[in-house]
Amino acid sequence: MIAEAGLAALWIAAALALLQLALAVTGIRFDRDDLSAAIRPVAIAQGVLTALAMLLLIAVFTRSDMSVLLVAENSNSMKPMIYKIAGAWGNHEGSMLLWVTILGIAGGAVALFEKRLEPRTLTATLGAQALIAMGFYAFLLISSNPFARIWPPPADGQGLNPLLQDPGLAFHPPTLYFGYVGLSVAFSFAVGALVMRDVGPAFARAMRPWVLGAWIFLTLGITAGSYWAYYELGWGGWWFWDPVENASLMPWLAATALLHSVTVLATRDGLRAWTIMLAVVAFSMSMIGTFLVRSGILTSVHSFAVDPERGTFILALLAIYIGGALALFGWRIGTVRAGNTFELVSREAGLVANNLLLSVMLGIVLIGTLYPLVAQAMGVQLSVGKPFFDKTVGPFALVLVALLYAGPLLRWRRDRVQAVFNRLTVPIAIAALAIAGIFVLAPRAGILPTLGLGLAAGLAAASVAPLWKRDLRRTPLFTYGMVVAHLGVAVSLAGMASDSAFTVERLVAVRVGQAVQVGPYSVTLKGLKPAVGENWSAIEGVLEAQRGDGAPFPMGPQQRFFSAPPTVTNEAAIKTVFDGQLYTTLGDADGQGRRQLRLWWKPFVTLIWLGGGLIALGGLLSLLGRLLRETRSARRARKRAREEADWGEEAWT
Amino acid sequence: MKAKHQRLTLGLLAVAAIVGAAVLALSALRDQASFFYSPSDLARDHVSTDKHIRLGGMVVTGSVAKLSDGVTTRFAVTDNVDQITVVYRGILPDLFREGSGVVAEGHLAPGGGFVADNILAKHDERYMPPQVAGAMHKTKSLDK
Repeated sequence: MIAEAGLAALWIAAALALLQLALAVTGIRFDRDDLSAAIRPVAIAQGVLTALAMLLLIAVFTRSDMSVLLVAENSNSMKPMIYKIAGAWGNHEGSMLLWVTILGIAGGAVALFEKRLEPRTLTATLGAQALIAMGFYAFLLISSNPFARIWPPPADGQGLNPLLQDPGLAFHPPTLYFGYVGLSVAFSFAVGALVMRDVGPAFARAMRPWVLGAWIFLTLGITAGSYWAYYELGWGGWWFWDPVENASLMPWLAATALLHSVTVLATRDGLRAWTIMLAVVAFSMSMIGTFLVRSGILTSVHSFAVDPERGTFILALLAIYIGGALALFGWRIGTVRAGNTFELVSREAGLVANNLLLSVMLGIVLIGTLYPLVAQAMGVQLSVGKPFFDKTVGPFALVLVALLYAGPLLRWRRDRVQAVFNRLTVPIAIAALAIAGIFVLAPRAGILPTLGLGLAAGLAAASVAPLWKRDLRRTPLFTYGMVVAHLGVAVSLAGMASDSAFTVERLVAVRVGQAVQVGPYSVTLKGLKPAVGENWSAIEGVLEAQRGDGAPFPMGPQQRFFSAPPTVTNEAAIKTVFDGQLYTTLGDADGQGRRQLRLWWKPFVTLIWLGGGLIALGGLLSLLGRLLRETRSARRARKRAREEADWGEEAWT
Repeated sequence: MKAKHQRLTLGLLAVAAIVGAAVLALSALRDQASFFYSPSDLARDHVSTDKHIRLGGMVVTGSVAKLSDGVTTRFAVTDNVDQITVVYRGILPDLFREGSGVVAEGHLAPGGGFVADNILAKHDERYMPPQVAGAMHKTKSLDK
C-alpha cells in the first residue's frame, strides 16, 4: 500500500503543478489578482506532496519491501540501515524523485517566504517553477516510476554498489541536487522578472539568497565528491576531469559568475541583461549536469541506467528547457532597459572581468566535456582528459586568481589604477617573495605549481586586506563572508599546487618485514590479516609507519570483498598530519610471496578540501549577513510605520 | 560612456570571450584528445608511438602474468579478431579480471605492444565500456 500511496501523491503533485501553471498564466493574462493569490497555497501543497512521496519511498526501502522493483534491484535486507535509506536515492528513479522533491519544497518555500517581490512577478516566477517541475513529473511518471511493483517478489534484493556504501556519499547527491534546484529557482525568478519587465535591484535581492544557497551546496558537493574520489577510489588523485565531475563543476562556474554579477545588479543596478543571461546559463548548466549524468551517455558510477528510451526522453527535455530558456531570453531581453554605467577601472569592471574569465573557463569545460559525445555521434571514439583541461583551464584560473587580488579592493563606479596598486603593495610583495623563495629552495617544483603557491600566498594577504583599518565590529557579516571565501580560494590553491609540486609516490612489491621509504616516512609491512564488516570481508595489510625517530603507528589498508553485488574494492588507509597526508593502498599478491603496496606522501594536500570548506563557509556568512540585514531593515520599516500611525492618533486626540 | 555604448561593449566582450574559448578549446583538442582503438584497429591502422590513445577489449583468459618486480603486469587484450600485449606498471583496478572488458590508456611501444599508464577501473560488474561493447558487437556480427 505504501508504494501505491507514494505514486498517488506524485500524480496529485503533478496535477497541482499543472494547476499552478494555469493559475499563473490566466492570472497574469487577465489581470485576475484572485487567481494569482491562489497560487501560493497550490505551490505549498505541491511541496508537501512531493516530500510525502519521497518519505514513502524511503519507508519502502527501510522495510526492504522486495515486491517493489526498485528495492529489489538496488537494496538488500542485510544492508546497514543508513545505506537502506541512502539506497532510496542511490539509483536512477529514486534520484529523479529526490530532484522533484527538492524542487517542490523549494517552490513551496518561495511561495511561503518571498515577501519583497512585486506580487505579479512572484506569480510569474511560480508559474515558471511549475513548468520546470512538469517536465520532471512527466519523466518520472511516464518512464521512471520509482514505485513500480514486481511479481513474484524475489527472496532478497541485489544490493547497492559497494563503492556507494559510504557515509559521505549517502549525502553527496542530495547536496548537489540542492545546488541544481537552487539554480532552477534563480532561473524562475529571472523568467518572472523578464515576463513582468521587472529586472532591477528588487528582483536581484530576491534572487540572491537562492543563488548563494545553491552555490554553497554546489561548493560543498564538489568538495565532498572530490574527497570521496580521493580516498575511496584509491588512486591518490583528487580531481580527474571526469565528465561527471565536470557536470558539477560547470553549474558551479556559472553560479560563481552569477553570484558576483547579481551583486552589481542589487547594489548598483548595473549589468541587468548580463545577470539574466547568467541565470539562464546557470540553469542550463544544472540541467546539463543532471541529465548528462543520468542519461547513461556518460558511463560512470553515476549513470544507473543505460536505457535508450530514457536517454532520448532526457535529451528531449534538455533541449526543450535550454531552448525555451534561450528563446525567452532572446524574445524579452529587448524590454530590459540599460542599467547604470561605470568606468573602466571600478568594482563593476572588475566583476565583469571575473564573469568573463569564469565564462571562458565554463566554455572550455563544456566543449571538452561534450566533444567526445559529439565525436561519438559521428562515429569517432575519443576521450578528453586531464592533459587538455589542465593546459586550457589552468592558465585562466591563475589569471582569475591574480584579478582576485584587486577585485575586492576596487571602489564602485570609479577608481584610479595607481590607488589600487598602492593598496596591493604588501600582497604583491608577498607573492613575489614566495615565488622567488620556492624557485630557489625547490627548483624542480615546476612553473605552474610555483606560480600557484606564490599567488596563493599573496592572495591570502590580499583577501583579508578589505578588513584593513576597518572597525571590525561594525563590518557587516557579508563582508566577512567575502573575505573568508576568497581566503578559501587561496588555501585551496596552495593545497593543489603543493600536491602537484611535492607529492612523492612509491609503487613496490614487498615481503613481510620489509620497509619502504616514502617522503619522510618509513613504512613496514608487518603482515596480513583477515577482517570482516557487516556485509563484506577483507584482507588487511598490517603496516607500521614511522617518521624519523617519531613514534611508530599502525595503518591498515584493505582489499574488501562484497557479496551483493559481488565486487572487490580498495580501501585506502590515510594518516593525516599537520603538514600533509600519508596515503597507503594494498594491491594484489604478486605470486612470489610479495604484496603490492602503493604509497604516497602528499604535503599539505588537505588544504584543498579545507579551502573548499572555507569557500562554502564564506558563502554561508554572506547569506546570513544578507538575510539579517533584510529582516532588520524590514523590522525598522514596520516600526517606523507604526510610530507614524501612533503619532497620527495622538495628534488627532 | 553612454549606457547604450557600454551595453554594446559588454555584449561584444562576451561574444569575443566565448569565441576565444571555443577556438582555444578546439585547437587544444586536436593535440590532447585521445582516440579509442580496438586491437584490430591497431593492427590495421598505423598509429604513431608518441600518441596517447585508449585501447579497449577483453582480457585474454590465461594471459595475465606478473613480472619479477612484482608490480608490472603483462596481459593480452583481444576483440576476438586481433590481440595485443599490454604492459602496465601499477596496481590493477578492482574489477580487472581475465575474460572481462578493459580500457587501457597509454601509447604503443616502439618494439610493438602497448604500454599502459592507466587501466580504467569500472565500478560495476554488469558494466561494460560502451566502446568495448561496440567493438565486440561489431566483431560478433562480422563473425556471423
